[in-house]
Amino acid sequence: MEASSVTAPRGSRPSIGRLPLVRFQDRLLRWGLTGLAALILALLAFFFIRLYVEAQPAFSRFGFFGFTFTNDWDVSRNFYGALPLLVGTLITSTIALCIGVPVAVATALFVTELCPRRLRAPLTVMVELLAAVPSVVYGLWGVFVLIPKLHGFEQFLSDKLSFLPFVGGPVPGPNYFIAGLILAIMILPIVTAITREVMATVPSDHKEAALALGATRWEMIRTAILPYSRAGIAGASMLGLGRAIGETIAVTLVIGNAPTIGKQIFDQGYTLAAVIANEFGEAANNDVHRAALIAAGLVLFILTLIVNFAARWFVNRAAHGRRATREAATSGALA
Amino acid sequence: MSLVPISPGRRRKDALMRALLAGATALALLPLLLIVYFLIRKGVGAWSGSFFSTDPNGNFLGDPGGIKSAIIGTLEMVGLATLISVPIGIGVALYLVEYGRESRFGSMVRYFVDVMTGVPSIVFGLFVYIALVLTNTGGSGFAGWKGSVALGLLMLPIVTRSAEVVLLLVPDSLREAALALGAPRWRVVARIVLPTALPGLVTGSLLAIARGAGETAPLLFTATLVNGTNLDLSQRTNSLPAQIFSDIGQAQDRLVGRAWGAALTLVLMILSLTLIARLASRRSRLT
Repeated sequence: MEASSVTAPRGSRPSIGRLPLVRFQDRLLRWGLTGLAALILALLAFFFIRLYVEAQPAFSRFGFFGFTFTNDWDVSRNFYGALPLLVGTLITSTIALCIGVPVAVATALFVTELCPRRLRAPLTVMVELLAAVPSVVYGLWGVFVLIPKLHGFEQFLSDKLSFLPFVGGPVPGPNYFIAGLILAIMILPIVTAITREVMATVPSDHKEAALALGATRWEMIRTAILPYSRAGIAGASMLGLGRAIGETIAVTLVIGNAPTIGKQIFDQGYTLAAVIANEFGEAANNDVHRAALIAAGLVLFILTLIVNFAARWFVNRAAHGRRATREAATSGALA
Repeated sequence: MSLVPISPGRRRKDALMRALLAGATALALLPLLLIVYFLIRKGVGAWSGSFFSTDPNGNFLGDPGGIKSAIIGTLEMVGLATLISVPIGIGVALYLVEYGRESRFGSMVRYFVDVMTGVPSIVFGLFVYIALVLTNTGGSGFAGWKGSVALGLLMLPIVTRSAEVVLLLVPDSLREAALALGAPRWRVVARIVLPTALPGLVTGSLLAIARGAGETAPLLFTATLVNGTNLDLSQRTNSLPAQIFSDIGQAQDRLVGRAWGAALTLVLMILSLTLIARLASRRSRLT
């Protein structure tokens, strides 16, 4: 009697195998999810090809390198060489890194090592809130607050530092420096977040060893934390650079939109992203112009891909252990 | 009594560097305070009863109208973008965690999702313009749903990345326990993995929505700008960021005032999403 209650009821399948319906559902789930993942890859490939095909009129007319490296962007002559835009993008993002990275690293150090524990969470949240401000609001603030308030200061700098290369002369309202400054503020959250994550992976043994040897706090930071997180800081800066290169609306509003290479950092200029946003409306009926803007988008896309690949490489090298890498990079993606 | 006396020079340097780091932190917080200050000072003045209940009327002089159509358009487009990106994004993350943890294909997908997070939003806009607007898909050129697609593409990698992290936190012992009890895989996913990770998934999705709501560039050449309120996403649709962008370019004080009012509205919407996201993540039992 008892034995029969243990054995499976007559006629049912062996308990190890799955019912065909269940097996089908499992397979459906597996292949459905795999299909979604494959969709991402297909989408990116399609993405790239379509951009290239639509940019073709510009490339066939000027050549890829001719388009990218000719210093002449003139809509009235229907001639497009993107060098002024490329240079403008590089100048503004360089300014952004020079201002943003030191502040971000210092903030990360202060939050992880120096500030009272109770302040840590609020400070972190406040820096991350900068990432919640939309680009167009930065632009609005830049146009109506930053440009008028900083103009005197910029003119002062321009006059006093005119012995330096790329500085001197009258300062127009919108210029490379203002754009770079706004970009610096915009990349601050992502650079701070990743730097903080990387610094959190510094083994406390290293820090305690430095302190036990009699190091002051700053000496501990310099000898234990900074060397250990150097690659991570480099990766974080590269991710910030990727953001700065692709940023559109805020830059469009404060850079002056002059398609020439400025002679100094307080000159007006243009960037790849800004030109697309700005000239798109007028290009609707001019095939070459539209193709040139799409080509500018493609150049921008390739530039950000290169920068992001480099960034991943640095962050991966920096993070010790897979989990830490993913988390650091993820908090960056969310910042 | 310290064992090794610290020389005054080292002590001074330590104090100096600490002060510098604290100063830099204060500098990092300054922009946020300034932006909030100016948003409130200039934005609240533009708010009035009719600000939220009237559409922009296109008048250059006189009363420019409110931002009703922009608020409604943003809600519609971001809502549709969420419907597109959240299921696909969580699906891809499920693939990565449940099936693709070790496989080559899995790591390739993971890599390209990373690549997607780095693609500038304007490039997504260009892509949707080429693929959907130029081809007149759906019968018309510019349309609100195309703006949603662009925003969805932008939000997708954010959803996937955050969801993957949360799903990885679901302990494998839970999965194994369910499988050992004879539950099929799809049921393990639906009944064990997803409910356990739910607060984290909500947080990630809300952050992605907050990001999408503030984007201007992809909307400029997909949904463009109109004055009227429009409940039909197959037409051109207004949005808060596009309205602000257009108003900044006008040399007319009342239009600029409307831009500040709209900016304050947009920032409040995004901030509340961010705060809700943080509260949701606090409810999570996973760490």
